[in-house]
Amino acid sequence: MTDLSARHGEDQHAERAGTQRVQRKMAPIVPAQNIAGRALVLVIAIMTFLSCLTFGAVTLVRDTATVWENQISREATIQIKPMEGLDMEAALAQASQIAGEFPGVKSARIVDRDATARLLEPWLGSGLNIDELPVPRLIIVTIDETSPPDFAAMRAAITPKLPSASLDDHRTWVDRLVAMARTTVTIGIAVLALMLAATVLTVVFATRGAMAGNGHIIEVLHFVGAEARFIAREFRHHFLVTGMKGAAAGGAAAVFIFIVFSWWSSRNMATPQADQATALFGNFAIGSAGYLGVVLMVLVIGALTAATSHVTVVTYLSDIDVRQPDAG
Amino acid sequence: MIRFENVGLRYGMGPEILRDISLHIPERSFQFLSGPSGAGKTTLLRLLFMSLKPTRGLITIFGKDRSRISRAELPHLRRRIGVVFQDFRLLDHMTTYENVALPLRVRGREEASYRTDVTELLKWVGLGERMHVLPPVLSGGEKQRAAIARALIEQPEILLADEPTGNVDPPLARRLLRLFIELNRLGTAVVIATHDLGLMEQVDARRMILAGGRLDIYD
Repeated sequence: MTDLSARHGEDQHAERAGTQRVQRKMAPIVPAQNIAGRALVLVIAIMTFLSCLTFGAVTLVRDTATVWENQISREATIQIKPMEGLDMEAALAQASQIAGEFPGVKSARIVDRDATARLLEPWLGSGLNIDELPVPRLIIVTIDETSPPDFAAMRAAITPKLPSASLDDHRTWVDRLVAMARTTVTIGIAVLALMLAATVLTVVFATRGAMAGNGHIIEVLHFVGAEARFIAREFRHHFLVTGMKGAAAGGAAAVFIFIVFSWWSSRNMATPQADQATALFGNFAIGSAGYLGVVLMVLVIGALTAATSHVTVVTYLSDIDVRQPDAG
Repeated sequence: MIRFENVGLRYGMGPEILRDISLHIPERSFQFLSGPSGAGKTTLLRLLFMSLKPTRGLITIFGKDRSRISRAELPHLRRRIGVVFQDFRLLDHMTTYENVALPLRVRGREEASYRTDVTELLKWVGLGERMHVLPPVLSGGEKQRAAIARALIEQPEILLADEPTGNVDPPLARRLLRLFIELNRLGTAVVIATHDLGLMEQVDARRMILAGGRLDIYD
């Protein structure tokens, strides 16, 4: 009797424990992670990281190219060569005045004797008296980039009055730099496009690989009466989270690299190496467009993973009823 | 409830696996579907379960012509049919309780609304103590009973069982058979596909024998 009551008590206890366990959170329809799922996260993280780095590099090159273009096209130079009987100072003043009157010219600054001597110092040494040499003199014309002056008209206005003057609007340089910058950016965009295509294909195939292990789940859900949109939703949600996890990790790693470079670049500012690097690549800051691009890429890769799983489920479900059964 | 008229099935350009099958499964009926291995029992069950379409003939399920049932209608009709697969098809990452509750869960029902029903059913099939165990830990017989419970949770009008005693010893086979008979008494039509003659001899029920692609029915 005692034994029976004790057993009854145990049963009740077991039942209570059972009920408590029933109330725990239900297992997800799609299992949380398996090896293929973890590999998918890793693959997505690596591909996102590489894509973001490529995107950052292209942004950097594009920004630097724009800076090159702007800095050079911001100025033009009037050069006056010395001539027999030419009053150089008067000619400089006249040319400067003519240039200054053109709309689109912010200022016209004469490079004075000392500055000209300093310019020539690397070749002719210090203590140079430029009056002893027939040295051409320069006027630097600063231009409003938004509405540049009519250089042909300026040239036509200066040359008749000062035959030894010539206006250099740096067009040749600017054109060459623009062409080079555009080529660099085009190559960068092509590399980025290839990188994105590789990312898309890798993500699609890795997702399909991870989905292959879930065929039996789709089948069971289908046979217990789950609607196709329910099954597709479950998988889409699961793979969206998986894709976002991987993409966010890759994106975060890329942003970390950008920040480290930016910090390194600012820390080494004013050293000869850093100055060279800055002259060539700008200051290693990718700017808000770059960070926005990283965020966008993370979202796109997450969405792509979800879409691939959705398509795989839908294809699987449409095939499920026409596949060969086991003989029985 | 389910009616076949001159149904034939072939895969691709191959020979007909099922030929001129005509049968009627009435409500609350109990029948065995038998025949040698490879005779097409599973294929016939798949036709009954609407996971295959016949290449010829007419199938009427719950008064609807199979050929006119749309893809969107299938899940709703399938909920009226319970299936026990030969290989159980339990999801290994879910407990016995979660596996049995799956058909209700996929319909979007809240767990609180079916918790008692699932627990009661699991006790009825003798799995009250194995509710929170994952399938890999269950024995063959326990898996079989879990699969049966999952097929029954939505109180289907018909239960299709593919070799339900194929993996269990004779005493457990008898126990499972009693379970099916009890279920039939409660109003569910039952079709058991088996080649176990010993099992069929225990019940005086209709026998449908498949051989050479044709079906003979012994009432």
